[in-house]
Amino acid sequence: MTAARDRVISDLKHRIALLEGNAGKRSGCLAFGVAEIDTALPGGGLAHGAIHEFAGGGAGTVDGAAAALCVAGIAARTRGQVLWCLTRPDLFFPALVQAGLHPDRVIFAEADREQDVLESMEEGLSYGGLGAVVGEVVRLPMVASRRLQLAAEKTGTMGLVVRRWRRQVEASDFGQPTASTTRWRVSVLPSEELPVPGVGRPRWLLELMRVKAGECAEFVVRACDATGRIHLSPGPADRADQAHGWESRIIA
Amino acid sequence: MDGRAELSPERPLVTVARSGSKRWIAAADAKARKAGIRVGMPAAKAQAMVSGLQFVDADPMADAAALERIALWALAHYSPIVAVDGTDGIVMDTEGADHLQGGEELMLSGIVNRFHARGLTARVTIADSWGAAHAVARADGRKTVIVPKGEIARFVEHLPLSSLRLPSDIVASLRTLGFRTIGELSATPRAPLTLRFGPEIGRRLDEIHGRLAEPIDPIRPADVIEVSRSFAEPIGAPETIDKYVTRLVAALCQALERQGLGVRRTDLIVHRVDNSIQAIRAGTAKPARDIAWLTKLFRDRTEKIEPGFGIEKLSLVAVMTEPLGETQKASSLIEEEVADIAPLIDIIGNRGQRVYRIVPVASDVPERSVARIAAMAEKTGAAWTLHWPRPVRLLARPELIEVIALLPDHPPVSVTWRGKRRRVSQADGPERIFGEWWTRSSEFDAVRDYFVVEDESGERLWIFRSGDGVDLATGSHRWFCHGIFA
Repeated sequence: MTAARDRVISDLKHRIALLEGNAGKRSGCLAFGVAEIDTALPGGGLAHGAIHEFAGGGAGTVDGAAAALCVAGIAARTRGQVLWCLTRPDLFFPALVQAGLHPDRVIFAEADREQDVLESMEEGLSYGGLGAVVGEVVRLPMVASRRLQLAAEKTGTMGLVVRRWRRQVEASDFGQPTASTTRWRVSVLPSEELPVPGVGRPRWLLELMRVKAGECAEFVVRACDATGRIHLSPGPADRADQAHGWESRIIA
Repeated sequence: MDGRAELSPERPLVTVARSGSKRWIAAADAKARKAGIRVGMPAAKAQAMVSGLQFVDADPMADAAALERIALWALAHYSPIVAVDGTDGIVMDTEGADHLQGGEELMLSGIVNRFHARGLTARVTIADSWGAAHAVARADGRKTVIVPKGEIARFVEHLPLSSLRLPSDIVASLRTLGFRTIGELSATPRAPLTLRFGPEIGRRLDEIHGRLAEPIDPIRPADVIEVSRSFAEPIGAPETIDKYVTRLVAALCQALERQGLGVRRTDLIVHRVDNSIQAIRAGTAKPARDIAWLTKLFRDRTEKIEPGFGIEKLSLVAVMTEPLGETQKASSLIEEEVADIAPLIDIIGNRGQRVYRIVPVASDVPERSVARIAAMAEKTGAAWTLHWPRPVRLLARPELIEVIALLPDHPPVSVTWRGKRRRVSQADGPERIFGEWWTRSSEFDAVRDYFVVEDESGERLWIFRSGDGVDLATGSHRWFCHGIFA
């Protein structure tokens, strides 16, 4: 009985995949290597041949630092050259090297207008042969995101969009729908506590806000290591909780 | 040869042209001009005016040959349409080609610098019309001038009549009549001038203001690879242009293959029926002979072609070529094939965007530790050797912040940046960076102490104190925010 049902379901899934038109071009996924995150994503990781959006939270909506480093860590784990399109050249490359992205692999395309960034991204995605295409943009209209998504699907190149706004209030734009496959928000959290005074390994709140054929989730992770990998933070979500726990233990 | 050996740079130098028994000054160096010698002055008068003047016979043939060499060099570097302009200049139409040099301003300063590196002086002007550029370059004292679109009148009105490219006898007669500048002449009714001097003045005035088209007849080196196609009926539709561009690219690639060459610069030259020429230049990051690649570069910009009344001839010229041999591709069985992305870089670069890679520079000062290089430059394999974390975003210039900190080497307790006060919960530092006294003497004592500070919400900033906290000679002891961590 169950075997028959499984067969029917798998047949239906196959037919749906055929209707979606990209069954033959599935180009695999890039796993995070963290079981909890990978299970939340259909296919077990970030799909190649798709657009993924990243934005910062709080002040990060303007500087986009955590989002950019998270994207750099993902790009570092792909294979091949990386095209990084931007309008504001304030990226400090030594930090990206610390996330495992070698400077020889990254080609920057600096444009004066947002529109040109999207054009370069589309060109890079449809070229094929690149490991990843990264773009830093303010606005990502539906039409533009669909064009990027289609270009990425065609060649199997991963497209990573870092959204950063001019002002923090403009970040409500992140609620607007786009054609991207996943949408993430990376917010900074207080760093891990060290036994001595000092700044420990940075931690992020990684929110999976939208994923096609999947459910939203959020994770507290430790920021990219030297190979671009993130790890789940074993500690509680924020230090306030931790302090509380410590206090209660004293009282007990 | 003997005469040249005696020349000394300390004494003024002039060249002398002769015609029959008449000898006059053809060119004078800066010292001679300072002593009052003008071009065109009789040689005997100059000799009488300045003692110790050195004379060299002018060689117009050699001058013309050298000027042509410069024009051919400019053809390969700057623009598809280059011609020799008179006896003392060259003219180029750089529309559609300046993006390869990073824009008009960079192109002009680049030209001047290249001449300067060879010990020559050059004056360069870019304007809407040949006449205006000619006049401003010769009469304006500055080295580079950009005449904005539609502002020719403002730039040329105060220039002398001699820069109008008129025969010298007409200029002399106009001077007699009291005309001094182009502006005065433009404001005079045309009919009496034409009656007296013929149509020449009106034509030159129209040309300088861009009212009359003045096509440049471009020079062509003898051995250049060129394919062209003439049309019995003028064409104009974008699809038709695209079609013939594709065919021309195929023909060019065939010609290149026979000679084992690849192109670095290719020009598409559009001859219109009204005898005007438009050119589109495409540059590639490395020698190319691939039909699809080159076609894409031109097709990207065929909408920029203005057919006007129709195009009667299209030609494709390989201006700059380099040897391109066949190479064996790595077998995918043994090693992973690395995709060649030069075509992609060319497409983006030809759209006027800046395409580059970043390489490390051996410098402790953060803003000097990165440099841009060409995207297709050899891979260096070098990376920064860092023991301390670096911020993801580096502010273009450090921003002044207010802090409360215990001197000399405690991290701040609170930081106020962009009007927001943050209480520091964790901090690391100091990381001391010394000024580079071996390159700049002003940084002999300079010190920066960098701290990583984290506020209660988890935002991490890279801040520094200018100075070591004890000695004011090392810095102002003010605090700055320099970067944002992830």
